[in-house]
Amino acid sequence: MNLFFYIAAVVALISTIMAISGRNAIHSLLYLILSLLAVSVVYYLLDAPFIAALEVIIYAGAIMVLFIFVTMMLNIGIEKSTEKKWLNPRMWIIPSILTAILLIDFILAIKNIHVSPADHKVILPKQVGISLFSTYLLAVEIAAILLMAGVIGAYHLGSQKKKVTHRFLEKK
Amino acid sequence: MLTVPIEIQILFAGLLFLLGLIGLLVRRNMIFMLMSIEIMFNSAGLVFIIAGNHWKQPDGQVMFIFILAVTAVEVAIGLALLLQVYHHYKTLDADAINKLKD
Repeated sequence: MNLFFYIAAVVALISTIMAISGRNAIHSLLYLILSLLAVSVVYYLLDAPFIAALEVIIYAGAIMVLFIFVTMMLNIGIEKSTEKKWLNPRMWIIPSILTAILLIDFILAIKNIHVSPADHKVILPKQVGISLFSTYLLAVEIAAILLMAGVIGAYHLGSQKKKVTHRFLEKK
Repeated sequence: MLTVPIEIQILFAGLLFLLGLIGLLVRRNMIFMLMSIEIMFNSAGLVFIIAGNHWKQPDGQVMFIFILAVTAVEVAIGLALLLQVYHHYKTLDADAINKLKD
């Protein structure tokens, strides 16, 4: 089991380094998704399968897709003959190897787990839900208010069409 | 059953946080800065999960869910601001937006 943790950790660190050092925003985002998948394998190994699923669905599935939408909307890093660059093996060989390592790691980790829940205490989503809606009820409501503020703020910022600049800042 | 020492696990989370911090300090493209903030949020959540696993309590996972909500709001507002900045200045360089500096 420990070996799987170390493999996933190394994959996460390598892909994070590639993400923060890349030139092209889309490539960096794909490396960041790979890093999040590796961290979700770590969550699975840390007996938090619910959090691992949330990491894949919300982080890699929703937040990163938002990033990719904005990056594509802003047309960053688009070049001529993009497909010819994609067919260059140098472009995709490292992420493919890292993803294959992660997949093999995850499959072996699933196959090797055969302990019964009796001797091995896994925190189930039920316990998390009970704790969330009893002990942390006030925090849940505050988070709901924060999400509403986020929705209103994103709508306000996103719907502004005209240029809002103070008259002293206008260039003559 | 994972028997990696908790120091190693915390070290992993710390290295991820450090990488995010380096990215935030070094890169000037605002998309990369937001991505680095994401990495740091993620490593903070990882520390909560590690601690929750260590003491076998559900509180770590509860905190991770709160971090997830905060991250979602931060990304939505940050990307909306980023779109506005690109709309006004036609660049995403954080050093180009220094009109308030006098």
